[in-house]
Amino acid sequence: MDRNEMARRGEDAAAAYLERTGMTVVERNWRCTSGEADIIGLDADELVIVEVKTRRSLNAGTAEEAVSENKQRRLARVARHYVAKAGLDTCPVRFDVIAIYPIAEDRAVLRHHRAAFTL
Amino acid sequence: MKASLTGQACVGTSTLVGTQAVPVEVQIDVACGLPAFTIVGLGDAAVLEARERVRAAIRASGYTFPNARVVVNLAPGPLRKHGTGFDLPIALALLVATGQIPAELMEQHRAVGEVALDGSVRCVPGMLAHGLASVADGHALFGPCQAADALRTLGGLRYRPLESLRSILGDRTEKAPQNRHKPAFPEPDLSDVAGHTLAKRALEIAAAGGHNLLLSGPPGSGKTMLARRLPGILPPLDDEERVESAVVHSVAGLDELPILSGSRPFRAPHHSASIAGLVGGGAPPRPGEVSLAHNGVLFLDELPEFGPSSLQTLRQPMEDGRIVLVRAEGRVSFPARFSLVGAANPCPCGYLGDPVRHCTCTHAVVTRYRNRVGGPLMDRIDLALDVERIEPELIVRMATGEDSSSVAARVRQALEVASAQGRSRNAVLSGAALIDACRMSPGVADVVSMLARSCHLSGRGVTRLLRVARTIADLDQASAVQKHHVIEAVSYRKQES
Repeated sequence: MDRNEMARRGEDAAAAYLERTGMTVVERNWRCTSGEADIIGLDADELVIVEVKTRRSLNAGTAEEAVSENKQRRLARVARHYVAKAGLDTCPVRFDVIAIYPIAEDRAVLRHHRAAFTL
Repeated sequence: MKASLTGQACVGTSTLVGTQAVPVEVQIDVACGLPAFTIVGLGDAAVLEARERVRAAIRASGYTFPNARVVVNLAPGPLRKHGTGFDLPIALALLVATGQIPAELMEQHRAVGEVALDGSVRCVPGMLAHGLASVADGHALFGPCQAADALRTLGGLRYRPLESLRSILGDRTEKAPQNRHKPAFPEPDLSDVAGHTLAKRALEIAAAGGHNLLLSGPPGSGKTMLARRLPGILPPLDDEERVESAVVHSVAGLDELPILSGSRPFRAPHHSASIAGLVGGGAPPRPGEVSLAHNGVLFLDELPEFGPSSLQTLRQPMEDGRIVLVRAEGRVSFPARFSLVGAANPCPCGYLGDPVRHCTCTHAVVTRYRNRVGGPLMDRIDLALDVERIEPELIVRMATGEDSSSVAARVRQALEVASAQGRSRNAVLSGAALIDACRMSPGVADVVSMLARSCHLSGRGVTRLLRVARTIADLDQASAVQKHHVIEAVSYRKQES
């Protein structure tokens, strides 16, 4: 399984998990000039921008660590684009991070950080 | 109350500029949008760190931190804001804006204090200055419990001590004041000093007239011991002086309670002190030793060892009773009216003029050592005397003299004589006012001119002689300076070498 394949399966798993928790996934891999949001969802009245990180090992640090301040700023820019485009500018926005660690072929540990960061 | 997602609020606070607390308004806007917490309004790093403290404190206290765009503005914008005292007003403004506490609670109120991550409210330097500003503007003040003892002494202040952010709602029953007053540390007493009759008398004169004093003598002769006993014979601080001195201590982050209980400050900086440490400085400017000694005693042990430039900076505060620090950001002025007591060895080895031990310094070395203090500073020292090593028998027999309280009583009487004649500090008299105050008969005036001639006194030398003579007359309860007062005064003139 190559890197892209693993990342894609991670995002699928995350989306399925979020749907189970009651969130409506409205976009997958939404792209704009500022970058990409893995998952955009609606949770109650909040718009949620979700960053999914999958890590096979901890050699390169934890998945959560990979969401650096730079990455956070980029996600904020993406969020601004989306909010403007979707006309949701009075909607509260939340940034979540989902970390996924595969432990077997069909099993993984998933950690969901709600409101993982603010600006 | 349920937290609302948007809103605005405004809470008053103040920030320190020198020893003054200047009113500042904390405005907050909680709006929809990307979650963010921004503070604008020229805050320093400590002000910006309030974001993390406030966020944690609000959650830990059981309130909700809104998932919204929070912008805090500290007005007026051009004024630089320093320190952690903005934590509490920012937190309270946020709670008002999100409707978690009623807005009426903050009307006519200011808040100053740091919040800990668990929501408890901590003390910041300068609470007394913030309290005074609140009194002046007719506001009540929310602040830490720790500062309650000191702030209770300010008349007219409605102080609302907060244990934590939680205690703003509901039960704010004030805890019984914790008696933090340590048992007053006994001031060292003059009766502990054996011998040294002349030096004790000089201390008494210095106390009664506000004169600066230089004690010189060999190591171990008791210069420091004597100087430490000067605050004990000074009259206790009056109400106005108490507040002035306590505010300086409060702004410097030192314990102000001993000052508020009336004991005069005694500051003894080491001779390695920097200029900024002595006269104040830094960013933001903090008071130095001369200001901490305001209304008290500044004791400079080993006076010639101080850097010559440090000593020269003392001249202006000694003249004006204030120190004005001029910085790019602006001017800050601190009070600095103190009595200077210097102690010096007569020469680098310390034994010049000792009847028994031999001095090993050359003449040139001695001259250079003395010149380190410099003429202009010496000119401001009215009393100079040699402290000799005392006879061992006196120490062994534990000979004791008068205690501080009886000397203090005489000093108080002398000050009454002076104030009855409309004088405050004899040390600042000069020119016609001094001649007037002395009320000398022609005979006494003749004695003064004769002494001046035989001792080769300069004009300034005569001025100092008369100031001291005036104080000696006050101690004698005499309305006019008489011959024996002048003759005693001459003995406190160090032989100018």
